[in-house]
Amino acid sequence: MSEMRRVTAICNGTVIDHIPAGHALQVIRMLRIDTNKSNPISLVMNVPSDKMGRKDLLKIEDLELNQEELDRLALISPNASVAIIRNYGVAEKRVVELAEELVNVARCTFTNCITQNDREPLPQRLRVVSREPMEIRCYYCGKVQTMTDIVDNIL
Amino acid sequence: MSDVVTMDDLSNEEILSILDDSKRLIPVARGDVHLPLLEGKVLANMFYENSTRTRMSFETAMKRLGGSVLNFTSVGTSVAKGETLYDTMQMIDGYADIAVIRHPRQGAAQYSADAVDIPILNAGDGAGNHPTQTMLDLFTIMEAHGKIQGLNVVLVGDLRYGRTVHSLSHALIRFGARLTLVSPETLTMPDEIVRDLRSTGAEISESSDLSGSIPDADVIYMTRIQKERFPDEDEYTKVAGIYTLGSKDMHGAKDEMIVMHPLPRVGELHPSLDSTPHARYFQQAFNGVPTRMALLCRGLGVTIPKEVK
Repeated sequence: MSEMRRVTAICNGTVIDHIPAGHALQVIRMLRIDTNKSNPISLVMNVPSDKMGRKDLLKIEDLELNQEELDRLALISPNASVAIIRNYGVAEKRVVELAEELVNVARCTFTNCITQNDREPLPQRLRVVSREPMEIRCYYCGKVQTMTDIVDNIL
Repeated sequence: MSDVVTMDDLSNEEILSILDDSKRLIPVARGDVHLPLLEGKVLANMFYENSTRTRMSFETAMKRLGGSVLNFTSVGTSVAKGETLYDTMQMIDGYADIAVIRHPRQGAAQYSADAVDIPILNAGDGAGNHPTQTMLDLFTIMEAHGKIQGLNVVLVGDLRYGRTVHSLSHALIRFGARLTLVSPETLTMPDEIVRDLRSTGAEISESSDLSGSIPDADVIYMTRIQKERFPDEDEYTKVAGIYTLGSKDMHGAKDEMIVMHPLPRVGELHPSLDSTPHARYFQQAFNGVPTRMALLCRGLGVTIPKEVK
């Protein structure tokens, strides 16, 4: 395990492995982790991987991500493997699943979408139209949202 | 579901059945037959943007079927005071049995449909969809050609901001038409729409040359270059008046070719065209009445009799 040479094992928390290379910072943003006052996070980027060529990896201490948080992650890292660590051992393995619809995950970026009015009370809804290649559209206005759009407009 | 927000809310069978209903309703639409199928029902016409034909043809359709109409505009109402669409629609839910909405923001019709229980008919949302216009366009094409399959439909003008052509092109492809898209470079059909259309295996060609497209056309669908959709006046002036048709342009056309236009026209159709057998735009505007009658009946769950007399 080449990454073991780079960061130490954590006692309790969550390890997210097999993040596409270069995307770990986006994952942190997607998970809405406030990096100014968060728990300790070890971040490994662009390390060699048998499966992926290169990959990123995150170790977040003293935080167990729940399924809703993990499903947000599915947008940028649908094949990530997640382990919940307790007392230095893998207590649970969790699967990241991309839902068909993302409710209140990110705001539609289209400036003329009805949801641009902050006072409109219905939820923000983005539909996953296709998984391979990934295509996401606003449920209301139908505009395609790029991954950068989504990461920049996380709710 | 009885909402019609996009053409995807209607299956091909439903579209054909609505077109069939519309045909039977023509004498009612003309006022020759009295058929109060919607007596006691109230339609809310929610127009947040200007409209002439759409609003009036919905109103005529409802009234000819014995129903009544609440006309709403955003000027001088609670919307001007900052009311959300959600709240306005909650109110309408209590006042009307069905609502038609036109709104400058894209997605407003879907949003309204989610906000209330009454059926919502989308009469145009920003540069998004305008499915009831598509229904009357399909009706007009069927009326002239008896079919859609295999026809070469040339869509001309503002294909970027023109919501009419967005809804229509999807529907035409579903019924097997070929599309020729003619527009200036700045107003081409949005990529995601062309991609969607092509993904169905549809035959689509793109060009900026109108005159070269006339001889092979079965339908020429002209649109107005919409000044109000341009962010910049200079961009508008560059392309305004780029495509025009008059009677002299009809020489190379097929006899049965029809010229359509959602109207209003500004300069793109010369009045000399009106008296040619190709002109179909005023008939098309009338066709809004029977097709919207059929859509109102569908929305309200009212069956149209097999024989209307």
